Amino acid sequence: MAGKTKEKKIVKTIKIDVDKCNGCRACEVICSAFHASPKYSSNNPARSRIRIIREPLRDIYVPVYAGEYTMAECAGRDKYTIDGKEYDECSFCRASCPSREEFKEPDSGLPLKCDMCEGEDEPLCVKWCLVDALTLEEREEEVEEQEEMEDLELGLESLADKFGIQTMMDTLARMSKDDKSK
Amino acid sequence: MRYAETGFNLEVDLTRGNIEKVATDPRDTALYLGGLGTNAKILWDRVGPEVTPFSPENLLIFSAGLLCGTPATGCNRTILSTISPQTELMAFSMMGGFWAPELKYAGYDKVVLRGKSEKLVYLWIHNDTVEIRDASHLAGKGSVETAEMIRQELKQPKAQVAAIGLAGENRVYYASVEQGRSSASRGGIGAVMGDKRVKAIAVRGTKDINLAKPEEFITLCNDVLAYIKHREDNPIKGVMTILQGLGSPQEMKVHDEKWHTENFMWGNSRTRRKGFWNEEIEEAWTDTLEGARTRLISCFNCPMKCGATISMPGVPTYMMKCFTKLTYTMAAYSDLDFGLRIAQKATEYGLDGFSTPQVMAFALELLEAGILKPDDFPGLPESNEDRFFYLLDMIVNREGIGDVLAKGTYWAAKEIGNGAEEYAHNTIKKHEQLPLKLSMLNPIYFLMYAVGEKINITQIEGQFPQAPFPKREHREKFCEDWIQVPHEKFKQYFIDWELRGENSIPYYPTVEMTCDIVEWQEMMHYIDDALGQCAGLSSFPLKPPYHIHNYPKFISAGAGIDMDEETLSDAAKRYRTLVRAVNIRRGMRREDDRPPENHWKKRFPELEEKLLDGYYQLKGWNKEGIPTKEALEKMGLGYVADDFIQRGILTEDETADVQTETQTQ
Ligand code: SF4
Ligand code: SF4
Ligand code: SF4
Repeated sequence: MAGKTKEKKIVKTIKIDVDKCNGCRACEVICSAFHASPKYSSNNPARSRIRIIREPLRDIYVPVYAGEYTMAECAGRDKYTIDGKEYDECSFCRASCPSREEFKEPDSGLPLKCDMCEGEDEPLCVKWCLVDALTLEEREEEVEEQEEMEDLELGLESLADKFGIQTMMDTLARMSKDDKSK
Repeated sequence: MRYAETGFNLEVDLTRGNIEKVATDPRDTALYLGGLGTNAKILWDRVGPEVTPFSPENLLIFSAGLLCGTPATGCNRTILSTISPQTELMAFSMMGGFWAPELKYAGYDKVVLRGKSEKLVYLWIHNDTVEIRDASHLAGKGSVETAEMIRQELKQPKAQVAAIGLAGENRVYYASVEQGRSSASRGGIGAVMGDKRVKAIAVRGTKDINLAKPEEFITLCNDVLAYIKHREDNPIKGVMTILQGLGSPQEMKVHDEKWHTENFMWGNSRTRRKGFWNEEIEEAWTDTLEGARTRLISCFNCPMKCGATISMPGVPTYMMKCFTKLTYTMAAYSDLDFGLRIAQKATEYGLDGFSTPQVMAFALELLEAGILKPDDFPGLPESNEDRFFYLLDMIVNREGIGDVLAKGTYWAAKEIGNGAEEYAHNTIKKHEQLPLKLSMLNPIYFLMYAVGEKINITQIEGQFPQAPFPKREHREKFCEDWIQVPHEKFKQYFIDWELRGENSIPYYPTVEMTCDIVEWQEMMHYIDDALGQCAGLSSFPLKPPYHIHNYPKFISAGAGIDMDEETLSDAAKRYRTLVRAVNIRRGMRREDDRPPENHWKKRFPELEEKLLDGYYQLKGWNKEGIPTKEALEKMGLGYVADDFIQRGILTEDETADVQTETQTQ
């Protein structure tokens, strides 16, 4: 990625208010429906790019939307105590990493990443969260232009991590041969 | 491909330990929708009238509604059906929470339990892997405790667990099934689960639910969300606070309990305490609730926050919704602090929050009256509150008199005799009702209480205001944006309804109007129970986002079944009749269609008979309340007619032709 330039850009983030979340998981429903293909044709919270870490008896409700894919889990996970409640560090982590089931396609295990509902005016999880636990924040920032990774790339990268790039290439080659012979 | 539903049921034979995944017939979905509808069909087909509640042949069905697991807001109900030990009729209780959608995502619409396990077990459903697992270590554990233990032992924090407590294990007739922040309480479904020796059903699913017309469906959902917002900003004027908004009554939010505490009866439906509510109490109860409530919480895919997490000092955390907040308090003539503490224990035991407090108050009333003796209560504590805790344990453990009380006021009174029956004065079809005793008979409520086979008034009422507004202009205003009415005539019924004079209760609404109103309210509830929709966004509140005009679209776009208002009304009528038929075959008749004797002070026996006649006629039932052959055949229920005729319940040529003059009252 040569020749990175600085440019002004609207940065969208989703602000999360854990005190307002009621644990309804509407955000999971609509996110997974939006990313189904064709759009909305199915839904499955397990495919959602936002997850509610929800432990009612400990009053823990943390909506987390999927961030980077990481090959390795982090070292030394901590516990946090906030307002007398104890949270596992993973409760706040957005990574799709080997140690958790969150942010992975349930069938393939491929990582998922929030794309801010590309093409929509407003992230749909924000729209469906009527209690305002999720709100959209837009700010103008100078950022280094960076190619956003596409879903496909993200998946490929994680496959490459898992099986090695050579195995993947071999498999692709074999698959395309199989395909031709059909 | 099947849409909205998965097309598969899990059939579990507990006696043999056999589990099968069975494809269902889509034609049944078109006829009976799902949830309650198809549950009724299964019970009709497979549970004959000779089957007793605690026999292995009784089925216990856990069903997701047809649209559960789709993005339809608030569609999350599990509909449990079985034959109730309390009423010996079909029980159909619902619970919100998270269980039904999870079952759908695991790939099933229903779990049908039959037979009886030898030892205590629980069911673990994880997509295609389904196991019956030993639960001996869970014996006697609380329902909330059980759910946590199962999640931990399975290492499945996201599993949803429906469980019974000790009350269910010991077959208390009003034992509930608890789950998430909800419970299925009415009809003693937990007792049947305990009798089958099933402690819990845990489920986790990660599969897709498909929609027939995705874009259309999401547009409908977005409309519902927009309407919810609109209703939030526009509460209904002129009705009491809890009826102004949407959702199931916002008991966890509301502090003003004047209406409930002064209009509902305290004790075992014994006294009304007019003037009870004052500033001091309001302050104390507000403090109690705010101190106990950690958060308002919702069911799956719903913004309404009708429930709350409750943490009392020194008491384990639990979740609560709705009127249980006050039932124990009022039964014991105590305060909210006591109510929330004992409700924690009762939730862990898994008990119906309506029946349980009434039964306990009933026992103490019998003691006071000398019908039960001090010997019946060995070691009875001194303080009133302690006595309720004491009785709770006696009942759940079925110790001494608790063993009799575990059958509810109706059966217990029969067994105790010696005048006890006078005190079992608040039952309908043998089951404790809301402790509401009023003055003047209200024809709409009379009919709903009488014919409601769900045995809970809150699950029949809604849509039509509970009382007329004082001024005509207010009534007209109310009608302006009343889009939910199935027919314009309902607006006129309401506009002409006066507080006093000719157009007031009991003779207005007329018999005919009353029947129309009841049929509409009832139909909406039956539709909800088939779709798995929470009544709090549909049949229960005034002007809800779901109604007869958009429901057919949801079903068409969601499940891909061609639906219009007429087909949907017909379907609701069909399985409503089937529920009736199951009960008729079990011996229910007109005589059972009545509210408690002392439910209203001013009664109108003639009018009441006319109301029943009118309703029966509208439904195509004969004078005994039995659906006629002609009506059954018209609904596609010819097989019910054949069965009735064969059993001598009906004759070939019976008609619904009852006193037609009632229609012109
Ligand atoms: S939609 Fe909002 S309230 Fe509901 S779970 Fe998501 S973040 Fe929480
Ligand atoms: S912004 Fe869109 S993609 Fe991201 S979590 Fe929300 S719904 Fe999913
Ligand atoms: S309206 Fe209330 S009870 Fe109904 S689904 Fe929503 S949160 Fe649950």
